[in-house]
Amino acid sequence: MLWEGLLELADDHLVLGHRLSEWCGHAPMLEEDLALPNLALDLIGTARTLFDHAGKLEGAGRTEDDLAYLRDARVYRNCLLVERPNGDFAHTMLRQLYFAAFMELYWQQALDHTDDIVRGVAGKAVKEMGYHIRHSAEWVIRLGDGTEESARRMRAAVNALHRYTGEMFEPSYSELPNRVALQGAWEARLKPVFTEAMLDWPNDVFMQTGGRQGIHGEGLGHMLATMQILHRAHPGATW
Amino acid sequence: MVEVLDLDQARAWAAAAAVPDPEVPCVTVADLGILRWVRVEDGVATAGVAPTYSGCPAVLAIELAVETALRDAGFDARTERILTPAWTTDWITDAGREKLRAYGIAPPASGGKGSLFDSPVVACPQCGSDDTAKISEFGSTACKAQYQCRSCAEPFDYFKCI
Repeated sequence: MLWEGLLELADDHLVLGHRLSEWCGHAPMLEEDLALPNLALDLIGTARTLFDHAGKLEGAGRTEDDLAYLRDARVYRNCLLVERPNGDFAHTMLRQLYFAAFMELYWQQALDHTDDIVRGVAGKAVKEMGYHIRHSAEWVIRLGDGTEESARRMRAAVNALHRYTGEMFEPSYSELPNRVALQGAWEARLKPVFTEAMLDWPNDVFMQTGGRQGIHGEGLGHMLATMQILHRAHPGATW
Repeated sequence: MVEVLDLDQARAWAAAAAVPDPEVPCVTVADLGILRWVRVEDGVATAGVAPTYSGCPAVLAIELAVETALRDAGFDARTERILTPAWTTDWITDAGREKLRAYGIAPPASGGKGSLFDSPVVACPQCGSDDTAKISEFGSTACKAQYQCRSCAEPFDYFKCI
């Protein structure tokens, strides 16, 4: 069903948006302290529209707040990549690059979708992903082709995160773009960035999976606890 | 895009169009192309508002301000959020671009969309020099980047092109 596919997408965006927002006030310099919440805002804005629409299509009366704040980790359907902890800057930027490069291709396929809202979200998000890719790719190159220490950390990030990328290309709901078909273009987009960053593209990596079935890492529960506590403690709170 | 059918419609449009953007108050919502149309039917004025960025926190403030302006002009007021087609900086009017420049914000350049590392030529809004450098892709609001002029050394905001 379309609404289930949209819920998956919304979960991806909310979880990554929240992860990025955790950098707010902790980034290494003012420019990045502005940049990361800006990226987070794009993702959370997209998530809100998708949650709202998924709830309406489902027809069970669930609002965007119900879907974001009142579901446990076990029923979240985000892919594992987006819930990975921020780690250092190399981890955060590589995670962003992997996801944004995927979503840009995905939204391009959704630009002529039959659903008005999906088409509208795609039209906005595809442009925003361009910024996300540019920003994160610049960092991946700067760190990968930087000092010995930054290059070591960038390689460690690839080593830690690449295994979570395969899940993005698993088959999904037929009402939405075919994710399987995007893998070739995604690799073609990222390999030149890796080359420029002096990084080896990992081959034959065992790919982790489970997020789409609700099997998540320990970190997601902690993240949701922080994110949901206010709404659960004070249902319907507004300010 | 601007639909003006009769006097009421024109009055409603004028009221809504005069609302300043909450984050960039030197320009109105009409200058920015955020206000798409106003329709009046049976005393109810409905304004079509297109958000700039998916997560723009000003969207609610803009919708409220437009509704208030329409109410002050004597209408029952509503807003409709328009997602398609997606807002683009191409919708900023020439007058809007000039106001941005006069305010010290470089208006969006054309071109440079989509490519990975191409940067547009951004002229300094203070001295007009093209010799400027990007400090950060992200600025004080979702729609702006930070630049600095190499000629006059003045840092400035650039309204990003999307």
